[in-house]
Amino acid sequence: MSQSDDKPPTFPAVHYLNADRGVWSWLTTVDHKRIGIMYFVSVLLAFLLGGIFAMLLRIEHLTPEPTIMGANTYNRMFTLHGVVMIFMFMIPAIPGVFGNFLLPLMLGAKDVAFPKLNLLSLYLYWAGATLAASGMIMGGTDTGWTFYAPYSTSTPTTLFPVLLGVFIMGFSSILTGLNFIVTIHTLRAPGMGWMRIPLFVWAIYATSIIQVLATPVIGLTVMLVGIEKVGHFGLFDPTRGGDPVLFQHMFWFYSHPAVYIMVLPAMGVISEVIGAFSRKNIFGYKMIAYSSLGIAFVGFFAWGHHMFVSGQSVLDNGAFAAISMLVGVFTAIKVFNWVATLYKGSIAVKTPMLYACGFLFFIVFGGMTGIAVATVSLDVHWHDTYFVVAHFHFIMVGAVIMAFLAAMHYWFPKMFGRNYHEGWGMVAACFIILGFNATFIPQFLVGNAGMPRRYFIYPERFTSLNVASTAGSSLLAFGFVIIVFYMIYALVRGPIAGDNPWSSRGYEWNTPSPPPKHNFDTTPIIDRDAHSYQEPGEEVEHVVI
Amino acid sequence: MNELMRRMLWLPEQASTFSTSVDHLHYFVITVTMLISVAVGLLAFAFFFKYRERRPNQSTPMVIPSIRFEIVVIGVPLFFFLLWFVQGYKDYIWYTSPPSNAMDVYVMGKKWMWKFSYPDGPNAIGTIHVPANRPVRLLMTSRDVIHSFYVPDFRIKQDVLPGRYTETWFEANKPGRYQILCAEYCGTWHSQMWGEVVVMPAPEFDTWLAEQKAGLAKRVDTGGDDGGEFRGSIVEYGKRVAMAQGCVKCHSLDGEPHIGPTWLDLYHRRETLDNGQVVVADEAYLTDSMIDPRGKIVRGYKPVMPTYKGRISAPEAAALVEFIKSLRSENVQHVPSKEAVYEPVRR
Repeated sequence: MSQSDDKPPTFPAVHYLNADRGVWSWLTTVDHKRIGIMYFVSVLLAFLLGGIFAMLLRIEHLTPEPTIMGANTYNRMFTLHGVVMIFMFMIPAIPGVFGNFLLPLMLGAKDVAFPKLNLLSLYLYWAGATLAASGMIMGGTDTGWTFYAPYSTSTPTTLFPVLLGVFIMGFSSILTGLNFIVTIHTLRAPGMGWMRIPLFVWAIYATSIIQVLATPVIGLTVMLVGIEKVGHFGLFDPTRGGDPVLFQHMFWFYSHPAVYIMVLPAMGVISEVIGAFSRKNIFGYKMIAYSSLGIAFVGFFAWGHHMFVSGQSVLDNGAFAAISMLVGVFTAIKVFNWVATLYKGSIAVKTPMLYACGFLFFIVFGGMTGIAVATVSLDVHWHDTYFVVAHFHFIMVGAVIMAFLAAMHYWFPKMFGRNYHEGWGMVAACFIILGFNATFIPQFLVGNAGMPRRYFIYPERFTSLNVASTAGSSLLAFGFVIIVFYMIYALVRGPIAGDNPWSSRGYEWNTPSPPPKHNFDTTPIIDRDAHSYQEPGEEVEHVVI
Repeated sequence: MNELMRRMLWLPEQASTFSTSVDHLHYFVITVTMLISVAVGLLAFAFFFKYRERRPNQSTPMVIPSIRFEIVVIGVPLFFFLLWFVQGYKDYIWYTSPPSNAMDVYVMGKKWMWKFSYPDGPNAIGTIHVPANRPVRLLMTSRDVIHSFYVPDFRIKQDVLPGRYTETWFEANKPGRYQILCAEYCGTWHSQMWGEVVVMPAPEFDTWLAEQKAGLAKRVDTGGDDGGEFRGSIVEYGKRVAMAQGCVKCHSLDGEPHIGPTWLDLYHRRETLDNGQVVVADEAYLTDSMIDPRGKIVRGYKPVMPTYKGRISAPEAAALVEFIKSLRSENVQHVPSKEAVYEPVRR
């Protein structure tokens, strides 16, 4: 925590937050940092909305009979929870906020390659999110976030605003990915070869490739659902010669890689946090970097494991199951490398580190239950039950939100120049990690017991586990409430952090915190590896394990 | 051991031959998963203490992976994953290969009920009777959207699709009653699309089936309904006959073409036959089609309807015609219903 010398930490007089003033300066900015901050506010609002839906769903499940809402309300509620959390929060969260804010800082660049395109991405995101949210006011939709045909093409609920919203947000995602790829290729500081870029950047790079290649398919798919609904062309309707399973193939061709759009940036964050707080060279840098690309590649060929009981052929199911196992191997490589990075480190146990530890447990448990559901015979029982719900919440909430929170705490001083209260941070982290387990472990069990997902009313034998899960979710929610309070306090009156409060060696800490408008006064020259904790010329012990 | 693990994991009863072998793999996979994830979490946590920061900006050794380390971290997970894949896929192939002597039952899903029909046997809504220790194959289709036939105690699940038959099979090994759930979201009362499998000892089942068939035969012989006098209108009576004879399995009442032409607005409709001839669907044509269905086939449909000669009596045929005549689209609402169209299957 201490500074490298005894001077009190300083707060720069002019920085990106106060260099220009007024709402208009924000809305027309092309500064990647300000765009990142605007994403930050937007995704937090989306998370709040999705979180409120989640809590209402949990309250509904306190009893097997209707508790606080009707069946149609419940069906709309879980659809919106899914749509909001996935398209408005998860997908833009880490790339939109931390990718935007940090990528140019980590590369030693003044901005992303196409700053105006970057602003357009944000506006598209806002437009899509507003449209999808307006669909809720117009009556809501009840298809689930998966929009399975022919239910989606025959539902009487308001589907169009949501479809169009997803379509537009898709463009935001594609443009962001494109922008990042070009930025990483062209704007690296002198001396930064490919093997010197930080692991967060590698993760964002792999993510961006998926965004550019896979997102057009979801756009196409939701468009076809819209066309089918209006024109009754019979694309997915068997009475007109269409095929409802075709929809599922197209949907999962995007939506499986989309899981890695969410998870890879989270893995990048964890690589950064673990390196910084254990003051260690990242163990197996190349293995971590290449496994990100491996996941991005293999992830494209695993979509069929969402369709084991859809009537897909036995041979297809075998092929998709085998390919899915490979994704697990890449993830396992990363996990072993993170743990090995901690080995013989000098570990400062701070809030981001608690989240990283939670992340490690959740990614292993969530990942291995993923392997379990990719085991075909086991999936027959688990498919579309709460076991699957719990599995993907372990990955998406367990892993991704832990990483998001770790990132938020680790880079908070970088973004705002102030620091949060470490004690409260730890308390909230404990609530969140325990509350998370208490929420979702009962859901694994109730799935084992056979409770299908999207059930408004459920057989009475599932009551106790549902009550346990709801109780756990209240702990989880309480943890987030604590964070809101101390983070707002930190934003306004938090102690001045100084340029590099963690003594991190990440390149992004080479500028003042908060950074000036153009990031660097002089072009940084990179003369060491990313995550290197040796001074140039310093002799350190080498250990081979 | 099996029983202990099953209870700890909250798994339902093992009531089919498939469930036991699946559960053994389940125990293996989940035990390894729990051990590894707790071990990784605890190891990281232990390192937090063992290698905690002792002084600021402490220098740390450079730890480098050896080839052996890389082989282990890639090889060990790969070994387990492939082992599970092989065992899981083997079980799955068995699960998707119904034995040739399996008894067939047709299943139809629609919002929000399950309907079962035995070849030349009874129909039932919500409940399917099967014999214990004999394989049963289900041939399933849906009348509307995708449903999924799920019996947790048998560990079986198969999506039920419109316009396509999917199949699954099981061999129940414990007489009893087991819940059927719909596992694919299908609208308002998805969560109430429940049914029940009644597993009977084989001899009891045979008796049951014979009784059901006798009941059907008796009904045909006497030319009446189930013995009691029917007191409703002739249209109501026709509707009952249509349900009992399974006419509505192929002929929809709502205008949707299905296996046969829809009955909605059929009366006095001009139908083009497969030989190009145009006929008007009057009483004579309708009655003819029940007795000699292959005589006149409407273009676009397959000649699959069996004859009902001897299976329905003259009053029943007349009642059917009256029922068809009552199905006019002006009598049918075309606005979406606010609530469930069908009463959900409640128990």
